[in-house]
Amino acid sequence: MALALAETAAVDSIALDVEGVSHLYERDGGALQVLDNVSLTIAPGEFVALLGPSGCGKSTLLRLAAGLETAATGKVLEDGRPITAPNPDRILVFQDATLFPWRTVRDNIATGLEARGLLGTKGYRIDEVLKLVKLEGFADFYPHQLSGGMAQRAALARALVNDPKLLLLDEPFGKLDSLTRLRMQNELLDLWKSAGFTALLVTHDVEEALLLADRVIVLSDRPASIVAEIRVDQPHPRRRDDAGLVALRSQLLEKLGISHDV
Amino acid sequence: MSAAVENTYGRAGERSLALPVATIWRNGLFAAGTWFLTAALSYGLPDVISWGATELFAIIMLAGAGIFLALSVTVHRLGGFGRTLVHYGPWFIVLGLWLAVWEVLTAKLGWLPKPFFSPPQGLLHVYLTDWDRLLICIAYTGRLWGLGFFSGILVGFAGGVALGWSKRFAYWGMPLLKLIGPVPASAWIPCTFFIFPSTFHASIFLVALASGIPVAILTAAGVSQVNRSFYDVARTLGADNRFLIFKVAIPASLPNVFVGIFMGLYYSFAVLVVAEMLGAKFGLGWYLQFNTAYSAYANVYAALIIMALICAGLVRLLFVARDRLLGWQKGIL
Ligand SMILES: Nc1ncnc2c1ncn2[C@@H]1O[C@H](COP(=O)(O)OP(=O)(O)O)[C@@H](O)[C@H]1O
Ligand SMILES: [Mg+2]
Repeated sequence: MALALAETAAVDSIALDVEGVSHLYERDGGALQVLDNVSLTIAPGEFVALLGPSGCGKSTLLRLAAGLETAATGKVLEDGRPITAPNPDRILVFQDATLFPWRTVRDNIATGLEARGLLGTKGYRIDEVLKLVKLEGFADFYPHQLSGGMAQRAALARALVNDPKLLLLDEPFGKLDSLTRLRMQNELLDLWKSAGFTALLVTHDVEEALLLADRVIVLSDRPASIVAEIRVDQPHPRRRDDAGLVALRSQLLEKLGISHDV
Repeated sequence: MSAAVENTYGRAGERSLALPVATIWRNGLFAAGTWFLTAALSYGLPDVISWGATELFAIIMLAGAGIFLALSVTVHRLGGFGRTLVHYGPWFIVLGLWLAVWEVLTAKLGWLPKPFFSPPQGLLHVYLTDWDRLLICIAYTGRLWGLGFFSGILVGFAGGVALGWSKRFAYWGMPLLKLIGPVPASAWIPCTFFIFPSTFHASIFLVALASGIPVAILTAAGVSQVNRSFYDVARTLGADNRFLIFKVAIPASLPNVFVGIFMGLYYSFAVLVVAEMLGAKFGLGWYLQFNTAYSAYANVYAALIIMALICAGLVRLLFVARDRLLGWQKGIL
């Protein structure tokens, strides 16, 4: 697995800076404020998790970082340059796998390369990432023939084949059963370690955040602002019953407004 | 393995002694019965008026009965084709019965009188005596329909994609489409005469319009209903507008497009008669009108059956094309 990635030019990562970003959505009549003066800095190669109540604006923050929307006020920067449009260097993996149902797994994964005319030179990467996410036997399947976990892995592969420098993950495992989720978390961690991209993961699962991330950021209710930032220094592989993590967990739950231990 | 072989041998032995009931296609026997009944009625009872091909009709029905009789013991050896036949067994029985009733009510009792009704042998007589003209009509109609239908669905599809994709296009185009849509084809005749250089072009236009409008409306609806996240995904993967239209919007709306094409196919057939009113010299629509005018209803029915069969064949082809292109939909619908 590590070999497959080592063959390609070392994937470099980028720094993401969010500076005083507020965002509104126009709604019939009024405007809905979803982000309120959010600032955060993510170093190249860092793994950051975003926690927050649902509807607070987490997905919106990812959409801004992906370049799918432009912030109403404030700046979103990659390596110091403003983000104005989507770019395959920064890829967003959506909450639902959102595979194109009319394309086979292979063709779904090929989408990014095809769109940029790189199929000829980089086409070999498709088989590599298929192997990476353990879907090599399912390349010619259509999305409706896949289980939820397989679809999510295919969506991950569709992002990875482009060698993103920033991977934005929007509750990618939220809909999976707990066993599949555990497996996928480990796979993601391995991928991040070997590929070296910067990762920003939105999740509502406190344990997931603690198991994976270097840093966990807690957002408030809508409009989201940052209420806490916690560094997780435990080395990987982490155990969920690690005393330090258990302590961090109750700290995070408290920040999320759940005072007593659940 | 050996058990299977034994089994086959055992069956073969059985068959040579006495035909086991299990291998007889019962519906085939019944079909042979009803078809024979029709043959006997046609031949045995006198016609109230002469219709021509009565004897030939009886012979054809008798031959059909014979074929079903033979099939009733051999159909299981015919593989896929045999299974199809077995599937339609009840239809063959009812078809025989229906022909018998039709025959008796028209030719034998005269309760459904000439010229409004015609017995089966009346239609057969038309095919025998007028086949050359019918063939020419099929060719003419085929040319008109082919040109009209394909240009119609092509323009309708392109227009539909534009309407569904571009807000500005939809702003001007949608109201026009909604106005044009319900106008009956015959209402276009005056202006088509003025606009087009020949009546043939005007006819093509009418067929194209009938098939193009449903395609345009459904394509537009399909494209505008495409899940926005598909565009978001494609854009983060580096897709430009061209890619979004051709590789996302169009494939995603293809199921809708096919519904439009099916509707267009039916409408285009319905409009053929009107389109061939415009000074056509041949064509099935023209044939229908011409013979209606002379009260030659047997000819009308004969041509209608041909049109229905051609239309059914085209629908069948379209289904095959759809299943090819939309195989990915299995399990979603
Ligand atoms: N395109 C949009 N237009 C209007 N409102 C939106 C849009 N997208 C999201 N919202 C609203 O913004 C709020 C935050 O949404 P989102 O960022 O998806 O929250 P989260 O991902 O944290 O659950 C929600 O109330 C949602 O209804
Ligand atoms: Mg969300």
